[in-house]
Amino acid sequence: MSEQRGPVGIVIVDDHAMFRRGVRAELETVGRGLVDVRAEAADVDEAIAAVTQHRPQVVLLDVHLPGGGGVEVMRRMTLTGASPDTRYLALSVSDAAEDVIGTIRGGARGYVTKTITGPELVQAIGRVAEGDAVFSPRLAGFVLDAFSGSIDVAAVDEDLDRLTEREREVMRLIARGYAYKEVAKELFISIKTVETHMSSVLRKLQLSSRHELTRWASDRRLL
Amino acid sequence: MSSARATADAGASVPTGTRRAYRDTQEPILGGVAAGLARHLGFPVLWVRAGFVLAALLGGFGIALYAGLWWMLPSDQRFETAAPGIESASRGGRRPGRIRRLGDVGPAIALAALGFGGILLLEAVLGRGAVFWPLVMGIVGVALLWRQADEAQRERWLDGTGRIEPMRVVFGNGGWASYARVAAGVGLIVMALVLYSAHGGSISLARDIIVAALLTVVGLAIVIGPWVYRLAADLSDERAERVRTQERADVAAHLHDSVLQTLALIQKNADDGATVARLARAQERDLRGWLYAGESTDERTVASALRGAAARTEDEYGVSVEVVNVGDCDVDEGLRPIVHATGEAVTNAAKHAGTGKVDVYAEITDGAVDVFVRDRGRGFDLSTVPADRYGVRNSIIDRMQRHGGSAEVRSEPGDGTEVRLHLARQPRQEDDHE
Repeated sequence: MSEQRGPVGIVIVDDHAMFRRGVRAELETVGRGLVDVRAEAADVDEAIAAVTQHRPQVVLLDVHLPGGGGVEVMRRMTLTGASPDTRYLALSVSDAAEDVIGTIRGGARGYVTKTITGPELVQAIGRVAEGDAVFSPRLAGFVLDAFSGSIDVAAVDEDLDRLTEREREVMRLIARGYAYKEVAKELFISIKTVETHMSSVLRKLQLSSRHELTRWASDRRLL
Repeated sequence: MSSARATADAGASVPTGTRRAYRDTQEPILGGVAAGLARHLGFPVLWVRAGFVLAALLGGFGIALYAGLWWMLPSDQRFETAAPGIESASRGGRRPGRIRRLGDVGPAIALAALGFGGILLLEAVLGRGAVFWPLVMGIVGVALLWRQADEAQRERWLDGTGRIEPMRVVFGNGGWASYARVAAGVGLIVMALVLYSAHGGSISLARDIIVAALLTVVGLAIVIGPWVYRLAADLSDERAERVRTQERADVAAHLHDSVLQTLALIQKNADDGATVARLARAQERDLRGWLYAGESTDERTVASALRGAAARTEDEYGVSVEVVNVGDCDVDEGLRPIVHATGEAVTNAAKHAGTGKVDVYAEITDGAVDVFVRDRGRGFDLSTVPADRYGVRNSIIDRMQRHGGSAEVRSEPGDGTEVRLHLARQPRQEDDHE
């Protein structure tokens, strides 16, 4: 990006101390100068306290956490409004579609698995910090599955039928393992446009309940 | 999840003893009776709901039927099992719960409006009856209490500790919603009695009935209460113990079969980095499948067959193959070529690309199966492949063409390779001729 903001401040939230230590060590070697690990937290309450105190740009958030999971952290942070510019990147070992999509719907800007390499993680953190979404191939697959109705969205949520053809194409290429710049080349669009499409997919996933209620009511001629 | 759905479909086609109806507690509007019944009978749920409404016009028959079914049908919650890792994380409160949205409240609001309208309509038709209002209030009160009983029961099933405490039997895990339901239910019933006695029905009679009923309940409670309480406590202890034992046995068995064996092998091969990585990868895949996704690698569905092929290549060549699939269907003879061609493409990528990672994306729709196999390896120029090399030409391109599909290989030196496979799915009846 154009402006130089120095290293991205992050907080690592995970209930396994060993994993936290591993990520921290990795980030401090690979991401030297790019990433600044400000604090660690092991459960929802600690995470709230740490985020409120340190105001990181990005929180690496485990999906399964004592006290209600990663979604609870995002929900309570939104309620308190203490650090509104903080973005969340889900870092999980869970492959269950409902966990992954549930976390994205809860407000996370991306999802990567714990087998991700150090440089890739640093890159993902950078991208989330700049406001973009990070979709791994697997997450793109889940999203396509959710929007085509072939996974059981009752467990996730309903009303997911409105991806444009272009967004669908972008998600398909991401699911095929293409990097953003390769997607751009393949579809003859700019990287910025790819990122716009990703963000709007994200927005549709997090579709507000107000829309759903209005639609539900107008479908039944109650309005 | 697609694999779980495929298993469920397969299970439905095999006759498995008696088929039972359950109430659907996932998306209940009142008690989930209509939804459960619709699933059991194979009708759209709207028909069943309309049926109940129509039957309700026949002197309230539908309402009585609904109430009776609510009482008789077991709810489906306790028969659901997820993967052990998921269940354990749910029990420990480490998973995100279902997000309650305003949209969920919509049906309830509409139902209340509808009910109120119905009452007004009936009143307009029948005139203001002294018995009518108390009756409606009583029914609503009982329905509310019943709804709360459902909630409490469900929470008891979800609760691993299995202790039965009087408070929890009534209120479940508490929360204002359950208190409000109980209070409103009791309040409505009491109000109905008061209204009834105030209108015409004599107060003293109603009071006598209430007192007699209360005395009977208290008497019974004194006589058999302790015995019931002890029995319930014993039962819940035993159940908790049994659940604990089963869980322990499951986990122990799985750890023994998989993780311990792998760790032993890793200790023996500690110097051999490639072997250790291969063992760890295989173990991770296995454990992940067991804990989270319940993803199989057998030959029953296309997705699981592809995962199986990927797993074999991972083990054989020491690369990591990530399979992402959208949609799924059962493997039949017509689809086998694309599975084999995918296997071949993945193997080629693992052998020749010279990178440690292959991406496989499979999209299975009603009309066709598309598979993409991509690596970021050294790539090659297809025209320079000698004519006597059959790998790509024979096993991938020709095979797909023979079976009415198509294959395209895109590769540029230095930029990796992508193999695109496409196969239209034949209608069901043609499968038999193959």
